Amino acid sequence: MSADAPLLVVKDLTVSFRSDEGLVRAVGGISFSVEQREIVGVVGESGSGKSQTLLAIMGLIDSPNAIVSGSIRFMGQELIGLKRRALDAIRGRQIAMIFQDPMSALTPVHTIGNQIAEQVRAHEKVSAKAARPRAVQLLDAVGIANPDRVVDNYPHQLSGGMRQRAVIAMALSCNPALLVADEPTTALDVTVQAQILELIGRLRDQFGSAVILVTHDLGVVAEVADRVLVMYGGRFVEEGGKSSVFRAPLHPYTWGLFGSIPPMEGPRPARLAAITGIPPSLSDLPKGCAFSPRCAFRHDACLVQLPIMQGESHRAACLLPETTRRQFAVQRAGGVEMQR
Amino acid sequence: MNAVPRPLLRAGDLSKRYSVGRSIFPAQRRTVHAVDTVSLDIWPGETLGIVGESGCGKSTLGRCLVRLTEISSGSLEFEGRDISEASQRQLRPLRRQMQMVFQDPSASLNPRRRVGDLLADPFRIHERLSASEMADRVADLLRRVDLSPQHASRYPHEFSGGQRQRIGIARALALRPRLIVADEPVSALDVSIQAQIVNLLADLREEFNLTYVFIAHDLSVVRQISSRVAVMYLGSIVESGPTDEVFAAPRHHYTAALRSAVPVPSIDRARRGRLVLKGDLPSPMSPPSGCRFHTRCPAATSLCRSERPLLQSIGEGRLVACHHPAGG
Repeated sequence: MSADAPLLVVKDLTVSFRSDEGLVRAVGGISFSVEQREIVGVVGESGSGKSQTLLAIMGLIDSPNAIVSGSIRFMGQELIGLKRRALDAIRGRQIAMIFQDPMSALTPVHTIGNQIAEQVRAHEKVSAKAARPRAVQLLDAVGIANPDRVVDNYPHQLSGGMRQRAVIAMALSCNPALLVADEPTTALDVTVQAQILELIGRLRDQFGSAVILVTHDLGVVAEVADRVLVMYGGRFVEEGGKSSVFRAPLHPYTWGLFGSIPPMEGPRPARLAAITGIPPSLSDLPKGCAFSPRCAFRHDACLVQLPIMQGESHRAACLLPETTRRQFAVQRAGGVEMQR
Repeated sequence: MNAVPRPLLRAGDLSKRYSVGRSIFPAQRRTVHAVDTVSLDIWPGETLGIVGESGCGKSTLGRCLVRLTEISSGSLEFEGRDISEASQRQLRPLRRQMQMVFQDPSASLNPRRRVGDLLADPFRIHERLSASEMADRVADLLRRVDLSPQHASRYPHEFSGGQRQRIGIARALALRPRLIVADEPVSALDVSIQAQIVNLLADLREEFNLTYVFIAHDLSVVRQISSRVAVMYLGSIVESGPTDEVFAAPRHHYTAALRSAVPVPSIDRARRGRLVLKGDLPSPMSPPSGCRFHTRCPAATSLCRSERPLLQSIGEGRLVACHHPAGG
């Protein structure tokens, strides 16, 4: 594999679940790639399919009612359909995952050090004795003060932020090429969140890892991501470089997301430009564009025709002519600038 | 009316202490000061935002303000009347005036009862109404929160999170209270739904002349809805004042750090240097000596370690508890 080939290439990934209400399509045929050492932010609300996408990449969807199709190629190797044993050689070692709740990855009955050592020894032939200094070193690398003391602590002795650091240390223990993070800072207080985001931003330099960061918070994406993917109703609606998406978003849903967030500076709007309605139910997605029932710009075609992602580096899935959207994006940006 | 304006609600040195540990020897029990000598006035028509991180006591304070949690010491006055010692029976007429909205609407709505019944409860308890009057009032309430009167016959689980929060708000509104204490009313909701609820609360404030205490950890939401803001750290208020001023030029170093830590959805701001606090919140069971923030404060001196700063006026309605206020 050449040095500049994408690390991860996902094509037409679909995740569906058989249920009493028929087939629930959580992820509806998405394609994207992650370059080496790249931080990709995936933004979406609950039910957008963002978490299921991550679980599919990790091969963690094992419900007998689940149907996963499409292609997930990691370093040139197809992951879908891979045998458990072959998958285990990759996940935890080359792809690691961290979750919103660090306790879901920690057992309360072992010390932090033993849990990190176990992770190291699952993938490398190291003695328990040799794994311990590695654990201390990793705890130090994720910014835990007094790592040689914390290594002998149990999870309950640590704060939420420390636990999340410990889990990140575990995830990094095998120098993964890809770190997959599902809302890693959502459960944390804002001052601790800032510390963890700083850490995630540093991982690339220190460990050379690429990161897929799933979050509902555009602020978090602005903080750490290189590229942004916006998800809605199981599909991507917008994708682009961070500065391009933040300066001139091209999808009405993205506009709505930005409008929903109260500004931290400048005058406060009398009302927030909220999106009306509620996200669609995945078992009963609207025909055409999934966002159309809530979209202020919808026209007749939106109700029947499914928009596909169009554009070069900055792409969006919207039936509104791109020139119109670009104009609106410029106006919107101008408005924001004027407000400041 | 009164010539001199008086606060709707006034808390004086309000404290809530919990004892923890199960030892039968009192000496081995420890006390957590969840709320530690908090004094504040809530003026008619204002929205007071209370911000702080988990464990800072903001929720406990909110519950104490409406006497949902017993207070350990201090005074509490509603329109000049001391209610800190009032019995539940004496409080009952006051409950019409003070209502609460909770974070998790599903936990505050009985899943086995229809929404119409849930919303009729306040009328059953406080007013004598005929069945048809009650149904009218319920229908009216549902319309006020942008739901439809038909929704009355449904059960809570048939609604989305945002709709359930609308029901929670409708119930709080039923008796036309003067004061609503909202504890993290939008933090469990998706971003697009949060904005709808924030707008709704602002509309209702206008329509019914409401006074809010808005408790949240999300600074941008608090900034949007509050006219005044109080920042809490380990059980005490460290800074308060008009929202715009406090956010634009925080005087307490904790406020500054909190504000700086908020990730902002703008690439221009994100690159700016930020003040990242070291360490975690200390345990409220063994708070640091002196200023409780000194263990994480960039400006701490030996004075801060030994002496606890008082919340003092610095003019223009602003109060700060700091020996070395920022941006002086």
